[in-house]
Amino acid sequence: MMKMKSPVAAAFLLFVSSLPGAGPRTSEGKPDFSGLYDIASLTPLVRPKALGDRLTLTDAEAEAVAKQEAALSAATNRASDPNRKAPPAGGDGSLGPAGNVGGYNSFWVDRGKGAFKIGGKWRTSILTDPADGQMPELTPLGKQLAAKSAVRGRPNRGDAFWITENLNPGPYDDPELRPLAERCLLAFGVSAGPPMLPVMYNNLKQIVQTKDRILILNEMVHDVRIIRMSAQHDPPEIRKWLGDSVGHWEGDTLVVDTTSFGDSLGLDRASRNLHVIERFTRLDDNTLSYKFTVDDPTIWTRPWSGEVAWPKTDQRLYEYACHEGNYSFTGILKGARMLEADALRKAGK
Amino acid sequence: MSKLTRPIVLALAAMALHGQTIGPRLPGGKPDFNGVWQAIGPAHYDIERHMARHSLMLRDGPHGPLPAVQTLALGAVGAVPGGMGIVEGGKIPYKPEALKVREENRRHWIERDPEVKCYLPGIPRATYMPFPFEIVQNSQQFFFAYEFAGAHRDVLFKDPGPAETDGWMGQAVGRWEGDTLVIDNSGFNDQTWFDRAGNHHSNQLRVVERLKLLGPNHIQYEATITDPETFTAPWKIALPLYRRMEKDARIMDFKCVEFVEELMFGEYRRNPLKR
Repeated sequence: MMKMKSPVAAAFLLFVSSLPGAGPRTSEGKPDFSGLYDIASLTPLVRPKALGDRLTLTDAEAEAVAKQEAALSAATNRASDPNRKAPPAGGDGSLGPAGNVGGYNSFWVDRGKGAFKIGGKWRTSILTDPADGQMPELTPLGKQLAAKSAVRGRPNRGDAFWITENLNPGPYDDPELRPLAERCLLAFGVSAGPPMLPVMYNNLKQIVQTKDRILILNEMVHDVRIIRMSAQHDPPEIRKWLGDSVGHWEGDTLVVDTTSFGDSLGLDRASRNLHVIERFTRLDDNTLSYKFTVDDPTIWTRPWSGEVAWPKTDQRLYEYACHEGNYSFTGILKGARMLEADALRKAGK
Repeated sequence: MSKLTRPIVLALAAMALHGQTIGPRLPGGKPDFNGVWQAIGPAHYDIERHMARHSLMLRDGPHGPLPAVQTLALGAVGAVPGGMGIVEGGKIPYKPEALKVREENRRHWIERDPEVKCYLPGIPRATYMPFPFEIVQNSQQFFFAYEFAGAHRDVLFKDPGPAETDGWMGQAVGRWEGDTLVIDNSGFNDQTWFDRAGNHHSNQLRVVERLKLLGPNHIQYEATITDPETFTAPWKIALPLYRRMEKDARIMDFKCVEFVEELMFGEYRRNPLKR
């Protein structure tokens, strides 16, 4: 039987793969998403308010966005002056990520060269629902937690404000109070996801697809998601950094359902009750559409959804070792202890 | 033997004669290594042939070696089980200076072993740590996802040439020799170890692995190790890898960075815990 079937199947596959825009398919006839993608993009998650309900940019607007970024990176990528003096405390206020600490230039920033296109139109935001491209309102608990994390994110201006303001705990008291990215536990932003969104640099994603598994490697902090196909979720007592992901096919769409997050997540503000649904489809031979819906009723008053283009790339993905070279984490904690000693000395204690 | 099974058995026998492995295959015909695998045995303690010893770290006692102070409280849990070794011939051919470093590493094991700090384990160590790893393989790709430290390795089937930079997990370039997957690994730094016994290498390390299915549930794993800065000659390791047979076998989260923060950063807490 098998022998008689296979030439028919092969002919069918040949036919399907010759359809325009159909892209490669697996031997089971599913779209084959395997490959390397670079999702860097200047389209932000949240839409600039001035654009209102507009989902798309004109060609002229998209060109202006790209030009602005090119000018910014030309300015911030200038070689650092090896003879410069030490920057003033708190940074020199210059443009770019180095500005507030007086660090080196920003050659390592890669936010993409432009906005992304879906259906031939430039997008104003990743968020598509709510229609205004803004994050939905937080629940009362969500607001409370957001205020707490704002203290953590307060810039260090060279004094132990948590001592003078009597904050307990202070934001630098313990390693566990620092953001996950600083600890090399997860990428910053929501790079490993889910949802997996563009961040400031290291935006490569590698997909390895089989019948039973969809593996997605996130370049930043080398996180590997293994999505089990046609499987049940794990028992809820097993919580995972990236949640528990199971997938299935709806026609040519890969649908991934993720629950069982822990108390610390990549998605800023979300809680362990987060539920994410992702939908991967092919837009053309070289681009995937990545759609997602985030539902966490503990934090947000309604679900929110978005879409990002995932273009294929022929770059190479290099090792992202983070913890192994995280000398700055010692510096961050030690620095806070020194600022505290300064503050106590000044207070005459 | 029934009329139906007879041809199958004959076919399998013929395949065996031609050196083909018996086991699952991908639609394209390549051996199918997909699944969760793990080594069994004490190689992660010491890849050389060795008798059981008091502890992972030792000091001199009045009548022979005793556990070092740092590992004493672990008692039997901190003792090292014996093993016949996975090194062909039992011993690594160290240069004299490199052997001295190995002995020093052993005396300072707890401060020096990168596993203690949850650093990426490197190759071949990742293969035989006491953690499973998952292979996700299709006709074009071959990917190792390790439970320990969330390490991973993507095998490149198009040789990009010499590694452009040193790394913890190296650069893996693969090719098929019949049913054997040969992976040529280079581009390592000098920070990883082979085991918990201080066995080490330089950044000149090259590891050529050979993976072959012995059946549906076993991989024969072999590797030839070359590092002219550290060893007088290339040497080989060999061990079987076993499929994790439990239903729903999978790799779990073991980032482990969070488990070593107290060790590495605890002294910098605002209120350090008593040690």
